Amino acid sequence: MNIIVCIKQVPDTTEVRIDPVTKNLVRDGVKSIVNPFDMYAIEEGVRLREKHGGKVTVITMGPPQAEAVLREAISLGCDDAVLISDRAFAGSDTLATCYTLSKAIEKIKDYDLVICGKQAIDGDTAQVGPGVASTLDIPQITYVRKIEEIKDNNITAERATEEGYEVVQTKMPCLITVVKEINTPRLPSLKGKMKAKSAVITVWKAADINADESRLGLKGSPTEVWKIFTPPPRPKGRIFEGDPQESVNQLVELLKDLNH
Amino acid sequence: MIDYLLTEEQLMIRDLCRQITDEKIRPIAAELDKTEKFPWDVMKVMAQSDLFGVYIEEKYGGMGGGILELCIATEEFSKGCAGIALCYSASALGTYPIILYGTEEQKKKYLPPLARGEKLAAFGLTEPAAGSDASALQTTAEKKGDHYILNGVKHFITNGGDAETYTVIAMTDKSKGARGASLFVVEKGTPGFSFGKKEDKLGIRASSTRELIFDNCKIPKENLLGKEGLGFIAAMRTFDTSRPGIGAQALGIAQGALDHALKYAKQRKQFGQSISSFQGIQWMLADMATQVEAARALVYASAREVDAGKKDVATHSAMAKMYASDVAMKVTTDAVQIFGGYGYMKEYPAEKYMRDAKITQIYEGTNQIQRNIIAMGLIKETAR
Repeated sequence: MNIIVCIKQVPDTTEVRIDPVTKNLVRDGVKSIVNPFDMYAIEEGVRLREKHGGKVTVITMGPPQAEAVLREAISLGCDDAVLISDRAFAGSDTLATCYTLSKAIEKIKDYDLVICGKQAIDGDTAQVGPGVASTLDIPQITYVRKIEEIKDNNITAERATEEGYEVVQTKMPCLITVVKEINTPRLPSLKGKMKAKSAVITVWKAADINADESRLGLKGSPTEVWKIFTPPPRPKGRIFEGDPQESVNQLVELLKDLNH
Repeated sequence: MIDYLLTEEQLMIRDLCRQITDEKIRPIAAELDKTEKFPWDVMKVMAQSDLFGVYIEEKYGGMGGGILELCIATEEFSKGCAGIALCYSASALGTYPIILYGTEEQKKKYLPPLARGEKLAAFGLTEPAAGSDASALQTTAEKKGDHYILNGVKHFITNGGDAETYTVIAMTDKSKGARGASLFVVEKGTPGFSFGKKEDKLGIRASSTRELIFDNCKIPKENLLGKEGLGFIAAMRTFDTSRPGIGAQALGIAQGALDHALKYAKQRKQFGQSISSFQGIQWMLADMATQVEAARALVYASAREVDAGKKDVATHSAMAKMYASDVAMKVTTDAVQIFGGYGYMKEYPAEKYMRDAKITQIYEGTNQIQRNIIAMGLIKETAR
């Protein structure tokens, strides 16, 4: 079973500070990490390979320094890594990113499953996983919290919803995005770290993935960011204390007032 | 920290062990100190990360390093919890006799599962009546045909009951005294081999300490390590090799306590300012940091000497163990002092380091015995 894991290098938000003057994120000197949700994708890929055999190829689109997250993925058990990196990709929105990743996945060709984290912690769009699947025209299962079975080219998975979960089955090749309930990512091994250190990372440029240039980077990105703001914090709740009967009455009165 | 010009691989070990300490050891250290539960989950993580094999040759499934690699790992783990670190390093102590005295066949049989961390090892020397006087052993191994029959009791054995592979010293010829001792491998589950009660200890409480009880325990003669009569010398050579490891544990404890004390001194306000702004505290911190660094220099240097295959390492490894453990006791006591009343409370981390530090002055030869070894080394050297 051949698995492709898509990961992203993101700034470690636990270390991000806001510039008091410009109100922008200060990214200088901030450590870059593997997008935390992608760690679950890597772990699931490695576990599936341990169970079913095959290999795990990890890919990322980003600047040359994004190579670091690919090496980390190798230290965690991935077999191969491809960095998709070209100045032509600069300024990609999610649409152009989906296109670029899809072209790279098409080039890898021989795959059964693509795994993505549910979203990246910097953009928080959760669009790239589903976008890659639709660009590739393969089925997708999002927010997977458990893979129940992989058998006869079919995958059965539990996908988390707000109310509970759904059990979905589809044909492979397909794409899944995973949530953190799916597993507990392992720590790297020493052998993995050594392998990562000496691994040769394949780099593909725009020409290598046979991409239509008009669909890449800024040119291929219709999204315009109008405004970035911090949503207002949720107002404090009210706790009714004291006699339960009295508290319930108070609550009912209040709800009536709120027209509920 | 001084740059000790560690290799890339050694730095990798340090980083990985630091990550395991921060993510897996620190969060549970206080809990295991209370419950005395054996840290199997952490052992599994260390195994999965290839760390049980850092000092074992590659052909036996290890990573091909030596005592320095073991010291680097032990130091990092000990910064978070010396008890958990000991479960790891005591396995190395139990493994070293096999590395030093095992035949090719014995090494192939015993080392790979130990290198992979599938099994833990333990070393059994101490007996109720044979502590510092290791020549007073009562446990016997009587040869009968293709077997040895073991009888007697070992006590205070770290990893006792939880380890699978035990290297044990027993008397094959009591009339010869120290020269009548021999070294054996005994596996858990062997009929006649059982364990006594788990000891309730001052510190290193995540680590287990039990009696090993041999009651007509029959082991095949192939389990003899080295030759008959070599046991006492083998034990001493094992300690000469492993003592920098105890130094590293002490070093980690001291560094861990210093880190907490420094952080606390910067946060704690009295008389309207951080207590770190007072010279009295500053001088304590300066002394602690210097002592820790001096201990590290000695531990690393003696470990390198062992790894370089130098013949007589006893004096220097005794110095490393003795000095680092005395530093650990002093630095952890001072850390409690800097924490003041909070330092005495179990809710704060300082007092555990102090309790954990004490054992490093006692086991693998008390520091008084270490001073004997060092003095003997000096006298021997000048007699040449």
